[in-house]
Amino acid sequence: MDGISLLTITVLAVFVGFEVVSKVSSTLHTPLMSGANAIHGIILVGAIIVAGQAHEPLVLAVALLAVVLATANLVGGFVVTDRMLEMFRGRKPVASKNTEKEDTR
Amino acid sequence: MTLLSPVWTALLYLASAVCFILALKGLNSPRTARQGNLVGAFGAVIAVVAVFLSVKLDNIPWILGSIAVGSAVAAPVARRVKMTQMPQLVALFNGVGGGAAALVALLELPHAGDGWVRLAVVFTLLVGAVSFAGSAITFAKLQELMTTRPVVFRGLPVLMALVLLAAVGTGAAVVLGGSGALAVVLLLLGLVAGVLLVLPVGGADVPIVISLLNAFTGLAVAASGLVLGNVLLVVAGTLVGASGTILTRAMAAAMGRSVAGILFGAFRGGSTAGSTAVSERPVRSSSAEDVAVLLGYAQRVIIVPGYGLAVAQGQHTAAELAQALEERGVDVDFAIHPVAGRMPGHMNVLLAEANVPYESLKEMAEINSEFKTADVALVVGANDVVNPAAKTTAGSPIYGMPILEVSEARQVVFLKRSMRPGFAGIENDLMYEPQTTLLFGDAKESLTKVLGAVKGL
Repeated sequence: MDGISLLTITVLAVFVGFEVVSKVSSTLHTPLMSGANAIHGIILVGAIIVAGQAHEPLVLAVALLAVVLATANLVGGFVVTDRMLEMFRGRKPVASKNTEKEDTR
Repeated sequence: MTLLSPVWTALLYLASAVCFILALKGLNSPRTARQGNLVGAFGAVIAVVAVFLSVKLDNIPWILGSIAVGSAVAAPVARRVKMTQMPQLVALFNGVGGGAAALVALLELPHAGDGWVRLAVVFTLLVGAVSFAGSAITFAKLQELMTTRPVVFRGLPVLMALVLLAAVGTGAAVVLGGSGALAVVLLLLGLVAGVLLVLPVGGADVPIVISLLNAFTGLAVAASGLVLGNVLLVVAGTLVGASGTILTRAMAAAMGRSVAGILFGAFRGGSTAGSTAVSERPVRSSSAEDVAVLLGYAQRVIIVPGYGLAVAQGQHTAAELAQALEERGVDVDFAIHPVAGRMPGHMNVLLAEANVPYESLKEMAEINSEFKTADVALVVGANDVVNPAAKTTAGSPIYGMPILEVSEARQVVFLKRSMRPGFAGIENDLMYEPQTTLLFGDAKESLTKVLGAVKGL
């Protein structure tokens, strides 16, 4: 992809990002941060590409380290965000969902 | 394997980017948030599958093994972490993401054809390394592996300036010449800069640093997308950069200070530390039974939880107290200051864990006009965020910080360990007002006693 297209996409993404994130209620700022954290774990895609094209052992080792770090970021981020959001419950728990988990109430 | 044509690959990346946007959009409301997060995770799976099917990759067993290792390490930690330790974990994940971006950029440098791409490499390297090292120090502070107080030493600003100058010089050389050795030097300079950036920041300012480093990692990932010519990385990184930037500004506004002031002037050494002397003015202290009567016969109670509540592990007791009061027909809400806790919105998570329904968690802007109608404001483990000095005393370190207007309530009850001032070291005049009652003791023990007395009413 040429530079100008990438620049266009970047600028538009900035606006989308600000638009979407500024509507997040401050109650959910911690899940927002950990969710955003998980999203940048998608650097895993870059790490996989680099590792897949590595031919020297040292390069491969560094690339695989990047894969491990990025995976930890991605997987851990989504799991911990899910765990947090699971705890945010309304006053009247929705009867249809989470019924197994609600029976302690 | 190259099963997918470039067009299909681009479409899958687009789908993945849309999933990420929907994930953030889901956070508009606690009702849709969890589903949104799952959509985001699905988007990540799409992207990873797409890369395996579209790029000719060697070393696939090694790559799959590394993914397995990363998942095996992170998932159990994420599943088991205590909610009070959430800030550490977020800092940790943020750091490893930044580190991964820096390593990817380092390895891509030999393939970077023109100067613009090398500029993106340099940016990713530097910012990713700053984020990695900064997050590591933040983690150490939060985990109390090192002191939580600001670490300042003579010449720190000069050292920081020198490191940054050297980084700019090295970066320019890498852009012009593409030297791999200099890129490694740049990486090391970035690590040093990250350490120096976070060392002088005190424990209470950590929410800002976490937000800022989050934005940094986002920007590093976006720049790595420019390096690899990968649209998904650009979009995802930019989204995170935007969220980090917004959170950083929100936190700074909630503290009434500028981001630069927090990073570079953090409470300026010991200027406020001298005022920890305890005043001799009389206060009205009371028993748990009296507090229970106040609360139990009120119509409307607003609870103001501070980090002290979480430190005492009292959030479950606070939630039980709220429930007991509601059963008596008392209208109970929690007023949450944006900086209550160790990261943005932390207190909400802690109370949600204690089964407080999210409708009862009120933001500062929403609840401040309601203190007038409250019979009792119960302040537990909070001090600076309710200190009227923030409004009245120019020159006070917290002057300008928006506060919760508890003084508007008919009665104010403080649950406090002692008369010692809060983190900022500023006395709270509210405690000497006639409408104020104090109950001394550990937050959790006091709450337990009050809860017992309320149940006995």
